[in-house]
Amino acid sequence: MSEVVMPRLSDTMEEGELATWLKNEGDTIAKGDILAEIETDKATMDLEAFESGVLEKHLVDAGSVVPIGTPVAIIGDGSGTTDAPKKKDPPKAQETPQAEEPPKAKEAPQVEEPPKSASRNQASGKLRMSPVARKIAKDHGIDPATITGSGPQGRVVRADVEAAISQQAASPTAPVSPSATAARPAGAMIPGSDEEIPVNRIRKVAAKRLTESQAVPHFFLTSVVDVEKLLAFRSDVNESLEAQGVRVSVNDLFVRAAAVTLRQHPEANSSWGDDSVIRRARVNIGIAVATDAGLLVPVVHDAETKGLGAIAQETVALAEKARDGKLSPDEMSGGTFSISNLGMFGIDQFTAVINPPEAAILAVGAASPVPVVRDGVLVEVPKLKITLTVDHRVMDGAVAANFLRDLVGVLEHPLRMLL
Amino acid sequence: MTELTYRQALNDTLRAEMARDENVYLIGEEIGVFEGSYKITAGLLKEFGPRRVVDTPIAEEGFTGVAIGSAMLGLRPVVEIMTINFSLIAIDQIVNHAAKIRSMFGGEVSVPLVIRTPGGGGQQLAATHSQNLEVWYAHIPGLKVVAPSSPADAKALLTAAIRDDDPVLFLENLGLYNLKGEVPDGEQVGEIGTAAIVKDGTDITVVSYSRGVVTAVEVANQLAGEGISVEVVDLRSLRPLDRDTVCDSVRKTSRAVIFEDDLLTYGIGAEISATIGEGAFDWLDAPVRRVAAAEVPLPYSKPLERAAMPDAAALTKVIRETLAASAFQGGQDV
Amino acid sequence: MADTRRPKATGKTAKQSSAPADVLRGYYTQMVLVREFELRASEMYARAKIGGYCHLNLGEEATVVGLMAALKPTDYLYTTYRDHGYALARGMEPGAVMAELFGKSTGVVGGYGGSMHMFDLERRTMGGYGIVGGQIPLATGAAFAINYRSAAGKNAEAVMCLMGDGTTNIGAFHESLNLAGLWKLPIVYVIVNNRLGMGTSVEHASAEPDLYKRGCAYRIPGERVDGDDPVAVRDAALAALEKARVDRQPMILETMSYRLKGHSVVDPARYRSKEDTEAAQENDPVPAFRTRLITSGALDDKAADAIHEAAEKTVDEAVKFADSSADPLPAEMFDRVYATPVANMPSAFPGDPVVVAS
Repeated sequence: MSEVVMPRLSDTMEEGELATWLKNEGDTIAKGDILAEIETDKATMDLEAFESGVLEKHLVDAGSVVPIGTPVAIIGDGSGTTDAPKKKDPPKAQETPQAEEPPKAKEAPQVEEPPKSASRNQASGKLRMSPVARKIAKDHGIDPATITGSGPQGRVVRADVEAAISQQAASPTAPVSPSATAARPAGAMIPGSDEEIPVNRIRKVAAKRLTESQAVPHFFLTSVVDVEKLLAFRSDVNESLEAQGVRVSVNDLFVRAAAVTLRQHPEANSSWGDDSVIRRARVNIGIAVATDAGLLVPVVHDAETKGLGAIAQETVALAEKARDGKLSPDEMSGGTFSISNLGMFGIDQFTAVINPPEAAILAVGAASPVPVVRDGVLVEVPKLKITLTVDHRVMDGAVAANFLRDLVGVLEHPLRMLL
Repeated sequence: MTELTYRQALNDTLRAEMARDENVYLIGEEIGVFEGSYKITAGLLKEFGPRRVVDTPIAEEGFTGVAIGSAMLGLRPVVEIMTINFSLIAIDQIVNHAAKIRSMFGGEVSVPLVIRTPGGGGQQLAATHSQNLEVWYAHIPGLKVVAPSSPADAKALLTAAIRDDDPVLFLENLGLYNLKGEVPDGEQVGEIGTAAIVKDGTDITVVSYSRGVVTAVEVANQLAGEGISVEVVDLRSLRPLDRDTVCDSVRKTSRAVIFEDDLLTYGIGAEISATIGEGAFDWLDAPVRRVAAAEVPLPYSKPLERAAMPDAAALTKVIRETLAASAFQGGQDV
Repeated sequence: MADTRRPKATGKTAKQSSAPADVLRGYYTQMVLVREFELRASEMYARAKIGGYCHLNLGEEATVVGLMAALKPTDYLYTTYRDHGYALARGMEPGAVMAELFGKSTGVVGGYGGSMHMFDLERRTMGGYGIVGGQIPLATGAAFAINYRSAAGKNAEAVMCLMGDGTTNIGAFHESLNLAGLWKLPIVYVIVNNRLGMGTSVEHASAEPDLYKRGCAYRIPGERVDGDDPVAVRDAALAALEKARVDRQPMILETMSYRLKGHSVVDPARYRSKEDTEAAQENDPVPAFRTRLITSGALDDKAADAIHEAAEKTVDEAVKFADSSADPLPAEMFDRVYATPVANMPSAFPGDPVVVAS
């Protein structure tokens, strides 16, 4: 029998939050299994089992913060498990598949329901799923057991998970099957007169997403931002990054500013989860990119952990990949907030359509000189308008306004971006 | 650029390296007066004389060892072993000596040696003359093993091999000698130890080397017509092995098939498959498959030989099966 | 039956089989050093300071010293795994040789070769080889390189390739001799006949047990010499090397000696008859040469004892040096695999990932 303690998972970590238990009391544990997710001062980390046995007891509840070295669980030979299985324990029939890919209670509470497609897998007692499908599902917090596999013997493959990701937003609780997505709307084309232009997959996905967003009750907030300091800040930054060959764009500054502000306003970094609000642990900013093939929204993952230089490099790479059609599904999904910038097209102000399941999108217009009286002198100051589209189910007006005000504050005092 | 056969590219390279470095000499059976069993050394005896182009008796262990010993004293022998099957007679010298001498003697002496030898079946040469034994050598640290699939790589890698201070087994293939391709003019020194993407693709990766690459590219071109985008990785170097290029490709395509002329069990494909399992596990959408030779001593009869050897049809079939295993819907709409 | 009689000193060799007293004392000094070194190696093996295989030159000291005395510094030597004595006689530091046996970083090849693989490029000692006969094609190749690069002559380089009696039955021996005979290479193949290939006698192993005759199919002349007489061995080797240098005539020299002990330190040699063992001890070349030098007046007991003491001291110091030396570093072991740096060179220790997973 041995104690599992709160591990030291970062150089500065003193205590950690046991965010989620991934193994339940009574579960058989193999060395190397991930027992829980630990929220450190820096990131969410895995708590790995260093020995095999049976998880006899959770010593702390999910959500508890304890100092490093504190025992959080006991692994033994199973003889110490005296309690009857708690309500958290999955029914016996599900044990094996559940152990493969533990449910992410935090992000997707509905997965504790018996998966509707699980019976297929119960025959073999094991969930068939390709590694890449498993990875993408994990990255997106999708319970594999809810996905119908289209591969041999029902193997869940990459395409199935990708279909589920796009499905998740429209109807987060419904299990997804490829047949559900395969239905085509009948076109109303007049033969010989109208021209039918086949669309590519990108446009099909975009069309679907945009249609889904119509179901979102939304409202708009607009602010004017004085970007004089922001532009000067950008020049400074670019001067210092010149040697590295990195150029920070205005858009990169918006990504960074939004990420910093979202970290302070987790309520804006959330999704509507049918009858709950899902707070997203990561701040992943989508950037709308126009390509010849259509609109793409590559995502800068964990943007608040990245410096301006890193963001700039990533956005350049993502934009390039987007134009070359080489974005991976990973790079296009998982967003928690998006930015659409039409400033370069001379658009002063516009509203953007929410990219579900995100709760908000920021539309950025073009900067233009505005006359301002400063110290009794008329001067020109560059300003631009930003408009936030908000999912009302997730945020009310005042909450969204707070967020937008703080965002404007960061943009007007760009040194705050570095905090 | 000049269009050359693989054979001519080798011949030109040998000539150029012999002219460049007095220490480079050729040694092997029937390479001088007879001009080589496969005419790779044609004309070189006339041009360089018997001191530089050394015909040997039939004594693979003896002349391979002589080449190694002379390399220890600073010469740069290029050995021709008539086919890789006969290298088994010299294997003690190659594996126990050429590969070990540098390390075993504390790094004090090097063995700048090239062993050129063709492998492969398909010419009805029956069981003992149709083998692919390169994996035996690719297994051995201290050796480098390269296996070019094109005239241009043949030139670049042979040049690199001759100038390399280590023993290099340079694998040719009977089926490649007449292959034509564009070869850059002038000095070309290839990089040993690196693979190449010879055809870009997004749906599935085919990993191969030597003659297998030619077949893989043919199949890829065929399937492109159906909207299946096949990426072909040419290993080029079997030791060292460029694992990153293989894994990078699989991370992109999520599916992999290895195509090799060699026998399946314990083959190059097994190593590549393990590499993918370790380096790109999370990116796989289907099990990695191998297309390799049937595990029999290769029969003489043409129909039997055909049945035993991996070909374009087998590769195409396994590509389709691998795509189906991950419910591939076809890439035509992108 | 093989004619294993000791060859009589005949003709040319008779005239040369003596040397100035100081030279003879020098040979004796080297023989004693080899003897003391090998006895200590045996002890250190028992003390588990030395690992692996360990083959000793005990009983072959006269052959070792005589052969090495015939080589010029510009000549190349290829030897077998029974190579400690040759390393010492060729001038390698006893401490470095012992350190190699101990597997230390200060060994002649940094602890990478051990007992069977003494090597020193500067001294043109091109290695002890563990695969029986493996060195013969290599040595022939060295002779090929000499031939490729330089003309024959009195000061030309030559190669001496050592092998045991059992080696003359292996294919590499015959292939190499054929090539050397065909191409007229400057090499002397020395068959150190200690009458046993491990436990198999020459008569049980060779259809032509007069091993010096085995070159006849390749028109390579052979000679047999008393391996217990360092001067006779030296002279015969000098003559053979001269033929190789000047006439580019490969030669065979067969030296006759007894192995005092087993094949290696772990072999009690129970297969040997009592008579045979006694004969080996009777013919022990070290005391025999001492007696000879004392009889001829080249040495007295006191000087001989001093030589022994000096040798013991040298070996003591060699052991001390080896013992106090550092082990080679694992981190450096991949550096010696290739001379030319190469992309994607393997450098994984057991259990390391071979490729970065992502």
